[in-house]
Amino acid sequence: MADAPHVSSLADVVGRHGTLDGAKPAIVTRNLEFFYGDNRALKNINLEFPEKRVTALIGPSGCGKSTLLRIFNRMYSLYPGQRATGEVLMDGENLISDKVDPTDLRARVGMVFQKPTPFPMSIYENIAYGVKLHQRISKAEMDERVEWSLQKAALWGEVKDRLDSSALGLSGGQQQRLCIARTIAVKPEVLLFDEPTSALDPISTAKIEELVAELREEFTILIVTHSMQQAARCSDQTVFMYLGDVIESGPTAQIFTNPKVKQTQEYVTGRFG
Amino acid sequence: MSVSLKRRKTINSIVGIVCTGAALLALFLLASILYTLVARGLPALNLNTLTTTMAPTGENGGLANAIVGSLIQVGIGMLIAIPIGIMAGTYLAEYGKGSKLAEATRFVSDVLLSAPSILVGLFVYTMMVATTKTYSGMAGAVALAVIAIPIIIRTTEDMLNLVPTPMREASAALGAPSYKTVTKITWRAAAAGILTGMLLALARIAGETAPLLFTSLGNLNWSTSLWKPMASLPIAIYQYAASPYEDLVQLAWAGALLITVGVLAINIIAQAVIGRGK
Repeated sequence: MADAPHVSSLADVVGRHGTLDGAKPAIVTRNLEFFYGDNRALKNINLEFPEKRVTALIGPSGCGKSTLLRIFNRMYSLYPGQRATGEVLMDGENLISDKVDPTDLRARVGMVFQKPTPFPMSIYENIAYGVKLHQRISKAEMDERVEWSLQKAALWGEVKDRLDSSALGLSGGQQQRLCIARTIAVKPEVLLFDEPTSALDPISTAKIEELVAELREEFTILIVTHSMQQAARCSDQTVFMYLGDVIESGPTAQIFTNPKVKQTQEYVTGRFG
Repeated sequence: MSVSLKRRKTINSIVGIVCTGAALLALFLLASILYTLVARGLPALNLNTLTTTMAPTGENGGLANAIVGSLIQVGIGMLIAIPIGIMAGTYLAEYGKGSKLAEATRFVSDVLLSAPSILVGLFVYTMMVATTKTYSGMAGAVALAVIAIPIIIRTTEDMLNLVPTPMREASAALGAPSYKTVTKITWRAAAAGILTGMLLALARIAGETAPLLFTSLGNLNWSTSLWKPMASLPIAIYQYAASPYEDLVQLAWAGALLITVGVLAINIIAQAVIGRGK
């Protein structure tokens, strides 16, 4: 797992992050369940995700954290046989009801994947693609939007002279930041990160983590990670899951320093999982 | 050096020699075909061959009507085959995953891929020639299309399947409806492969003789009407190669060289285009 080398222990990093105080929930789940065919992968999930805060979803492989993440933009609806029941409330609206159009939802809830997925087109077009799906804006406005999103993703300085060259020529870390730029260019309210640094080297990982800290000012962020350090460094709230259940959730500092459940403690200290 | 290492090294060199030998043999066969083609065809390849229509022996005829006939039939055949092949291949890879219709289409397409081309000729004969009561260039083009379609379907499906699923999910995650993802992302990602498939199909039908025998029949005279018998290079080669007259045999070689050079040229151009797109 790629981790910045200077971090020696979890105790050094927890406490750096912000607080949950005063943040109202952006997303609330009620009795949320998920099924792959007949297999119940998530059991009665009741969580609140605070607005403009970072929530880390942690747990061993197969615990359902990615499954949970993919509910919030209805990614599962691409695949027949997968379905969610219960409620996912955002501004009082149930996101998983048939009344909500998934393409509109995805303009509000963006997602960054595990491996960088640049489209086979220029850097500029990679960003314009998503914007054009939802808005008609002039060339000048698009130029502005491209620069804005690349600035936000801390990539502008590296690519501003080659916006028209292929995105496939960027390094892995740059590609991932391009994917982040592409996602925020659509101006969503929520950003979902599915293990965004597991395919990246330590330096690129550190850059992405810094970025998450900055994006937190404007977006509600959910991040699935296998790295305890990453969860401790980046998040305000941590949710620990196991076998489709939420075992414990709370402020990150508390989950890492004073967990209430023994299983959580064993997992965050690396004794199980 | 231990015995087993010695043994491994010996086996390694034997396998290496056998593989290199096979490659050289294949290269020799291909080179000798090309050499014969050029040596025999080039002397007969002149302006007269390209501009004069076919004529009886001794009248200094050319291949102009066969060249134009081939271009028309192959061209129309590809125009029919490309949209059907790409759309069907896209259905198999993007929309019909796991459906009965997709399985049936894939099966039939694969059977067609290996069916003898003369059967395709007979099929189009009964469907078009027998019903319109005339051999025609159009029937020839349709027969060529029927041969090209399964090739394009197969390569399109295979190339689209190589596009990683996260790429499609990333497009969907930005709020793209599936038709946008297909036309703007997956087709684009697979463009080079799909184009290669079209070229394979083109190369295959450019040299096909059997499906044209019962459909466009061949024509010694100049005719560009799609609803009359039409000449083509493979049929001209077929007719001339077995003739007892030296000048006609020479023209057959020239025709064979023309097809080969034509297909090669298209391949090289396409490779250059693909290379620049990357």
